[in-house]
Amino acid sequence: MTHALKITNLKKTYDNKFQALKGINLEVQKGDFFALLGANGAGKSTAIGIICSLVNKTDGDVSVFGYDLEKDRETVQEHIGLVPQEFNFNIWEPVIEIILNQAGYYGIERPVARKRAEELLKHLDLWDKRDEQAQNLSGGMKRRLMIARALIHNPKLLILDEPTAGVDIEIRRSMWEFLKKLNQAGTTIILTTHYLEEAESMCNNIAIINKGEVVESTSMKELLSRLQVETFVLDLKEPLDKCPEDCELTINLRDPSTLEVELDKSRSLNYLFETLSKHNIRVMSMRNKTNRLEELFVKLVKTDNEDSSS
Amino acid sequence: MKTAQKLTAFKTILTKEVMRFLRIWVQTLVPPAITMTLYFVIFGNLIGSQIGDMDGFKYIEYIIPGLIMMSVITNSYSNVVSTFFTAKMFGHIQEMLISPVPNHIILMGYIGGGMARGLMVGLIVTLVSLFFSSLTIQHPFITIAVVVLTSMLFSIAGLINAIYAKSFDDITIIPTFVLTPLTYLGGVFYSINMLSDFWQNVSLANPVLYMVNGFRYGILGVSDISPVASFSLLAVFIVALYGFAYYLLKKGVGIRS
Repeated sequence: MTHALKITNLKKTYDNKFQALKGINLEVQKGDFFALLGANGAGKSTAIGIICSLVNKTDGDVSVFGYDLEKDRETVQEHIGLVPQEFNFNIWEPVIEIILNQAGYYGIERPVARKRAEELLKHLDLWDKRDEQAQNLSGGMKRRLMIARALIHNPKLLILDEPTAGVDIEIRRSMWEFLKKLNQAGTTIILTTHYLEEAESMCNNIAIINKGEVVESTSMKELLSRLQVETFVLDLKEPLDKCPEDCELTINLRDPSTLEVELDKSRSLNYLFETLSKHNIRVMSMRNKTNRLEELFVKLVKTDNEDSSS
Repeated sequence: MKTAQKLTAFKTILTKEVMRFLRIWVQTLVPPAITMTLYFVIFGNLIGSQIGDMDGFKYIEYIIPGLIMMSVITNSYSNVVSTFFTAKMFGHIQEMLISPVPNHIILMGYIGGGMARGLMVGLIVTLVSLFFSSLTIQHPFITIAVVVLTSMLFSIAGLINAIYAKSFDDITIIPTFVLTPLTYLGGVFYSINMLSDFWQNVSLANPVLYMVNGFRYGILGVSDISPVASFSLLAVFIVALYGFAYYLLKKGVGIRS
């Protein structure tokens, strides 16, 4: 099966001798919704920059849908759409011109581009703003403009570098819906984000980069299954003075009305509620203390940092 | 990319560039017209009448080709250096870099934009000059060829400057400290035959002299330099600078990390 993206031993050392990528290997399958996670400065944007021809690699190979980036750069570029982290359009140009110009760079004639631009801008709720200068758009609109621009040539691989950064929750959710539909229609998507619940809910596979190395690359399901203990926050119906002493669960009373409970992966929620009921503790509502992926991410990165420093 | 797609990409870049300087015409087209009008009034009418004839022409007639060429050079250069550098600074050059548009097309699009502005300003200055003197073009083909090639050459030079520039200071240093002196000393206001042998020989090392004189030959039919020398120099510089600009773009100097 041809990969949407295959990266082999990719290295990047900048002129100031900073080694941003230390030989990463990565495979993204066709049709996948793939999360590429890492702390700031981990090397995600460098890797994306190389894939998109914005950064020169030092060593290694990149192929997109079987086309080698070095040998078939034009074909690779035809297949990729990029939504970068920073706003990088001409803020003095009208929205529609930004989209049509981008289409032009891909050799798409104006009449065809105009139809596609209309569809995309309507989908992304920007059609009414088409004649506005881009500088007059809100942050969320600017993000959506970059998505529309990245999709104007119908790329088979869409790379989103923190597309929802600084976007309010309502717009973020509408963007998630849009991206999900796009993925279901066959577009392979690579997403980097700092909102880990976003990655958890949308992506099938995941890679974590830390200090220029891939420390984990697996399926989301497999990664989440490694979580041994989950911590829940429970809002109690009646306040408690202190934690029950003979309880089989690890319990921490945050305040008289809020309890934190650690539940081993081997135990069911029924067990949790049965145990609490035995101690006359009645629960009104519950939630995860932290996002599951966030817990794993922090753990993996921390372990890697400890390994590399020892 | 197929040829038709390349053509579309070229049209896109060229149109974008032309629309950019037309949109801000008060900044791009009006100032050279005002500056050159002042040159015509002061150097042509007021001082020129005291100077007398030069190479058989009234002084104002003699300097018109040089002043037109000066505005073409300055505007071709400044158009490309500013637009390309701005695209670099604000990141929208990335729109092109991630797309399959070949480097030759990017180069030609920007050069075309610079030429369009240089030639449009040249035309405006020519029209202004008609208020001060009648203009009879002796060799139309040579006139057009020299002005087109010169605007092309300085558009490429502006692009190279923009590729290397890291700050807004870097895009003003070359025009201020190199281009302006070369233009003023390039025979715009005088014939090098007025200079001593030593300074005549020094002037021959100034490439702008060949362009100004080539253009003057086209319009007036007189020149300090043979038109063949003017065309040869233009051709050599264009090929060399285009090749260099292409190399820089391909290597990603100043635009790819």
